[in-house]
Amino acid sequence: MSIRTEEMTLNMGPQHPSTHGVLRFVIKADGEVMREAIPDVGYLHRSIEKIAEKVGYHGFMPYTDRVDYVCAMFTNQGWGMACERLGGIEVPRRGEYCRVIAAEFNRIASHLLSVGTMGMDIGAMTPFTHAIREREMINDLIEELCGARLTFNYMRIGGVAWDLPPGWREKALAYLDHFDPIWDEYNALISYNKIYVERLANVGVISAEEAIDYNLVGPNLRGCGFKWDIRKDIPYSVYPEFEFDVPVGRGEYGTLGDAMDRYMVRIREMRESSRILRQALRQIPDGPVLAKVPRNFKPKAGECQIRVESARGDMGWYAVSDGSGYPWRVHVRTGSFAAMGIINKLSRGLMIADLVTLIASLDVIAPEIDR
Amino acid sequence: MQTLVDNLIASGMFGAHPPRDVIYGLFIFIFSLVVFLGVAFPFAGIVSWVERRVWARMQSRCGPNRVGPNGFLQWLADGLKHVCKEDLIPAESDETLFKMAPYLVILAFTLPWAVMPFSSSLILADLNVGILYMTSVTALTVVGVLMAGWASNDKWSLIGGIRSAAQIVSYEIPAGLSIFPVVLMTGTLSMQGIINAQGWAPWTWFAFSNPFTFIAANVLYISALAEGNRTPFDLPEAESELVAGFATEYSGMRYLFFFAAEWGNLFIIGAIITTLFLGGWKFPHVSNNPVVMNVLELITFNVKVLFLVFVSMWVRGTLPRVRIDQLMSLCWKYLVPISFVDMIGTALWLAIWPQGNSIAPWIMMALFAAIIVIFLGRVLHYFRRSRMELYLSPTI
Repeated sequence: MSIRTEEMTLNMGPQHPSTHGVLRFVIKADGEVMREAIPDVGYLHRSIEKIAEKVGYHGFMPYTDRVDYVCAMFTNQGWGMACERLGGIEVPRRGEYCRVIAAEFNRIASHLLSVGTMGMDIGAMTPFTHAIREREMINDLIEELCGARLTFNYMRIGGVAWDLPPGWREKALAYLDHFDPIWDEYNALISYNKIYVERLANVGVISAEEAIDYNLVGPNLRGCGFKWDIRKDIPYSVYPEFEFDVPVGRGEYGTLGDAMDRYMVRIREMRESSRILRQALRQIPDGPVLAKVPRNFKPKAGECQIRVESARGDMGWYAVSDGSGYPWRVHVRTGSFAAMGIINKLSRGLMIADLVTLIASLDVIAPEIDR
Repeated sequence: MQTLVDNLIASGMFGAHPPRDVIYGLFIFIFSLVVFLGVAFPFAGIVSWVERRVWARMQSRCGPNRVGPNGFLQWLADGLKHVCKEDLIPAESDETLFKMAPYLVILAFTLPWAVMPFSSSLILADLNVGILYMTSVTALTVVGVLMAGWASNDKWSLIGGIRSAAQIVSYEIPAGLSIFPVVLMTGTLSMQGIINAQGWAPWTWFAFSNPFTFIAANVLYISALAEGNRTPFDLPEAESELVAGFATEYSGMRYLFFFAAEWGNLFIIGAIITTLFLGGWKFPHVSNNPVVMNVLELITFNVKVLFLVFVSMWVRGTLPRVRIDQLMSLCWKYLVPISFVDMIGTALWLAIWPQGNSIAPWIMMALFAAIIVIFLGRVLHYFRRSRMELYLSPTI
């Protein structure tokens, strides 16, 4: 006996608790099984790239926070590096260290939010609050550093705005001593939970070739077992001075490249960031943190492409200068936008509940998609 | 109930020649009002407060703590807020069904209280089909939920309603089959009859009388969580997928009804399991005064039930939600066969030892104690590893 079924078109978003911002999906479903989920982006487009052409090099720095507010340090750093490349500015070593320290703290905060919301999307509320509690402490630290908790505006062209406050280093090291056991506890709480593993394993499997074809970056790419980290492979800043591993997906709980692998990559990256931070906080040299950059910054005509390993992967900053005080063209290449492209393909044949898992496991952030 | 009233009449409280029927009727009326208005609804509200507090502690938050001492009156404030809110009815909805659905759900929640055995005398009606009645009327929820999902004329609500129907209907089977072992052992369906077949001591409880009933108790608890739409089976109102499931389009009083029923159902789940497997209200005979005994029994029953309610809150604070296919495979591939085996196993056990095995309860108790010890060992292990000082004096 066959039952005649009908395709149902569902609208998910733009206001929905688990689309991570104003995202919209048009779901074609047959009962609980999705035939297709079509992402509809653009609800959060703020023309940030165009704004750059109107506000100048220095003035654009606060706007970069809004490209990805969950890890604003990386967008700051990307724009700072692009301007430095255009203007040929050398950043003082202490400035570079401050950048790395701030950025790695931000990476931990971003991953904590990602894994926390992952738990919440699966239906477990407790891991979310535990992750947020830890993130809150990082926010306190960063607030002491730059006065802001979300949109930091910490970096400047040629370094960072403020030096580490007195006693901050010890506080940061104490936090890392606190974080490592908490990391173990978090894993014991949720990562090895049977239901959790069952929900994540074998969902949204991406092969390494597919990931490269779809231009996935960061933890999404590394989750497929492909070892590619800008910090290691195209080193920038002072990353070559630190010893750290690049965690890749191992397919421990299911197929290689499933949601669980991407999740575990993020979990392990937090530990690696903690390692980098310990080294950086111990090795940080003395000296100035900000190079002398003219207020009326006019780089020579030319173009540059900068790659930064943000929490969501390879973030590209492309800037063209025509010699005036305003960039002629700026483009940001973000990981979330690329990740949105593969959702349609992965969603075929999944359950509606799995779409939520899929979005959370790709860790897309709505402002980063639309900019 | 009847014995209590008889005793009171015999003690001369109502004069020498009281009108017996009138007093019975009066007692039943007052008692139903007390149970429905004084116990069932406030209980649902208080459970919502307890759950939010317990949950908050597990998540290192404070929870509601503003209204009343420790936020105790939060449930009243929330209830009043919901009552004062506008009762929105979507233009495209099926109005009659939409309005009716919450009442059906609340009906399914209030009806079981009629056979709730609070103590040896405090039971509204000791029906001879008590447990059957209980499982049947609680299953009415599915009608209300499905009605709400359909009448809302919203696809997300519909998915929630259909999910709920599939889930509750499926889990009725293991739940019903898990009741059979106890019925086989006692030969009665009456709530009081089942409790009277057990004693006050744990080794006389049906949960520990043989391995099959122990498993049946666990299967029943899992199925009851699923029927009550509780985590990890809260798919019908999965917040992250369906926002509020079948209750999406509801507001105000009607929305309140759904959630009062959900929280109140926790008590009913606990009461069913306490009655069937945990000795109900049984308390050692310490006094000849019926009032004293009844109060002690009432306390015993409530402590057991509230412990089970707490466990379900604990589960909610710990576990993620399962997916619909996993939910169904858990039911049909595991729980249904297990409960069939339980039923046949209990029947064989009774055929071999018709009067019950005297050693088995002790072995079961020892096994249960071993499980508890292993569990506490795990808790202690994580407790030691978790470095409490980090929470008590955060570094920053």
